[in-house]
Amino acid sequence: MTLREIKELLDAEIVVGEDKLDLEIKTAFGADLMSDVLAFARSGCLLITGLSNPQAVRTAYALDIAGIVVCRGKALTDKFIDIAKELGIPILWTQFIMFEACGRLYREGITGCIREVLVEDKQRAQ
Amino acid sequence: MKASRVASARSWLRTSNVPSDEYLEGIYYVQGRDFVDAGIVSSEIKKNLKEKGIPESIIRKVAVVTFEAEVNIISYAEQGTIQYYVEPGSITIEAKDIGIGIEDIELAQQEGYSTADDSIREMGFGAGMGLANIRKYSDEFEITSVPKEGTYLRSTIYVNGK
Ligand SMILES: Nc1ncnc2c1ncn2[C@@H]1O[C@H](COP(=O)(O)OP(=O)(O)O)[C@@H](O)[C@H]1O
Ligand SMILES: [Mg+2]
Repeated sequence: MTLREIKELLDAEIVVGEDKLDLEIKTAFGADLMSDVLAFARSGCLLITGLSNPQAVRTAYALDIAGIVVCRGKALTDKFIDIAKELGIPILWTQFIMFEACGRLYREGITGCIREVLVEDKQRAQ
Repeated sequence: MKASRVASARSWLRTSNVPSDEYLEGIYYVQGRDFVDAGIVSSEIKKNLKEKGIPESIIRKVAVVTFEAEVNIISYAEQGTIQYYVEPGSITIEAKDIGIGIEDIELAQQEGYSTADDSIREMGFGAGMGLANIRKYSDEFEITSVPKEGTYLRSTIYVNGK
């Protein structure tokens, strides 16, 4: 699915990354806890989160995450947007709650970037 | 200036396995309680490593380790430094700080153990996963601390896997 299709599906606004709407997305990860994102998310996935602060963008950058969907219509600060621009992380902004956003994406074929946390995952990253 | 102050004041925290300064690639000062900029050092180090053409999967590991180490200094210490060394075959990250230190280092490393306050949770951290994450992404890992003095953390990531 492209970021453009995801934008439509989630009735979202593209806040950063207008030029990256053709980006192909296959997997996603949803969490508000950045330590969990750092532990389990994979490069190239879409991050669905209710955290709209600089740390969410920097976490996405650390892992080469393809883009962020900010759910629940969380307020976006200028600082958040500036850092996303600087680091080249596309930002979609939706009013949907995380469950609804994830459900809509899953129904259209987006899968979790990992399916479950395995013992190996806990011990060592890929 | 600030960086060297931290480094020299707590040189006792140094251990024998630190690469020689010949491989020192960068050093960053980290200010305690500076929540807004948390993660900036991790981002900067990542940018630098990308320019050097280091494999992306290795850079991701370095980025996670530096991120969690940086957040810990900001969250719990007064001030500290993060330095990184690029050696042939490995990258080493050293995080040192002056601060309250850690009483029980085993307990601190347990997943879920945390003394974080709300300001740390608001950043998306403080669930007691940080040190576990650093460990998980490291090929070599060491942490030592002196209560009321400071904490020293070293992580080495092999470029060709474990
Ligand atoms: N640099 C540090 N100085 C003092 N205490 C620390 C430091 N790093 C970690 N700790 C202690 O260890 C605990 C666990 O750290 P960590 O695994 O990163 O989880 P979290 O930061 O989410 O609590 C912290 O809550 C804190 O009590
Ligand atoms: Mg931590």
